Amino acid sequence: MQIEITVNGTTESHDVEARTLLVYYLRDAVGLKGTNIGCDTTSCGACTVLLNGQSVKSCTVLAAQVAGDEVTTIEGMALEDGRMHPVQQAFQECHGLQCGYCTPGMVMAITSLLAENPEPTEEYIRLGLEGNLCRCTGYHNIVAAALAASGAPEMHQ
Amino acid sequence: MIPASFDYVRVGSADEAIGLLSEHGEDAKLLAGGHSLLPLMKLRLAQPSLLVDIGPLREFSYVTDEEDYLAVGALTRHHDIAVSPLTLSSVPLLAHVAGQIGDPQVRHRGTIGGSICHGDPASDLPAVLLALGATFVARGPNGQREIDAKDFFVSFFEVALKPDELLVEIRVPRPSDARWGFEKLTKRAQDWAIVGAVAVRSASGVGVGLINMGPVPLRSGAVEAAVLSGANAAEAAQFAAEGTEPSADFNGSVAYRQHVARVLVRRALEKAGV
Repeated sequence: MQIEITVNGTTESHDVEARTLLVYYLRDAVGLKGTNIGCDTTSCGACTVLLNGQSVKSCTVLAAQVAGDEVTTIEGMALEDGRMHPVQQAFQECHGLQCGYCTPGMVMAITSLLAENPEPTEEYIRLGLEGNLCRCTGYHNIVAAALAASGAPEMHQ
Repeated sequence: MIPASFDYVRVGSADEAIGLLSEHGEDAKLLAGGHSLLPLMKLRLAQPSLLVDIGPLREFSYVTDEEDYLAVGALTRHHDIAVSPLTLSSVPLLAHVAGQIGDPQVRHRGTIGGSICHGDPASDLPAVLLALGATFVARGPNGQREIDAKDFFVSFFEVALKPDELLVEIRVPRPSDARWGFEKLTKRAQDWAIVGAVAVRSASGVGVGLINMGPVPLRSGAVEAAVLSGANAAEAAQFAAEGTEPSADFNGSVAYRQHVARVLVRRALEKAGV
């Protein structure tokens, strides 16, 4: 079936099987490999992308379900002038990653959390990241990055 | 993991969905948010030949105040229920529990109707809706009918919907003076409940629900009867395991789950002011 999805602001049109999961659509049809496949069972959050601005796990969404919708992946996060998105910047400054596998999903999940609550508490961030697993950092610097990003002026425009 | 092949139709109306269900019978499955069905299909535990995607029917996504109840559209997502000012003010228990399901990503996709129709005894919402005395509205080829929550959960992953029926609305009573408690034991964040308990106490009565304590979500008549006869929380909670048939697995034995049910029911009752 032919479906159209707006990915990072560009309308993509591809012929896919109905059973194609969004994460495979993004990686294989669109060719954006930044969205990682981790557990593939809706648990780890590595495949988190934004669907119409809200975080979702793209291993548990059919591409066909989101035809006509807007999807944002990690490749679509950088600002128009090429600078990193404030959440990405905060991950670098706070050393919020080690191996980096969970990081794209973390960035997308945190971006969604901050859109819903621009002035979060640490507890809000910790509870809000329950769907994203990191096996390296112990989460401390990821939470610090999320809180740092929430204070960035770009997040309040 | 990739699901087995299926035909896919994205419908534009409830009538179109019901027509497809009538035509294809049990070979067809409704797809709402997909957060119960798609994992089953990826594991090949479910292999429907036709998926009827009702996701586009946003007219079934709402929370409204009616005269005697809070009306929740079957396609309302958990997140939208959790943050709805109406849910928060009229049935805060429902908002609280909707905000505890899975994780934010799951709550952005999963729907209340999908969760109920999946009929998983380990789900949070069915036991809560049982305790609240909710009514479900189903629509089929011959119109709508109401089904009491207590008659809806028939057996393991089986509900009272006919193959050609669509759940369209959940009606939740909202006693103005209700106090409530919700307790869920998990080993890790985002896990399903090993055991969960919910209690609602108001002038109009008491409702006690149990999560993952048998093949279907349960309402604990024994605990409710004890409360109504004047028992305090600790006394009433001693009846929490009565009539339960929990399964044993790596999370706990039958005896462990029954013990935990008594503990969680006591805590939930205490929070509900019993």
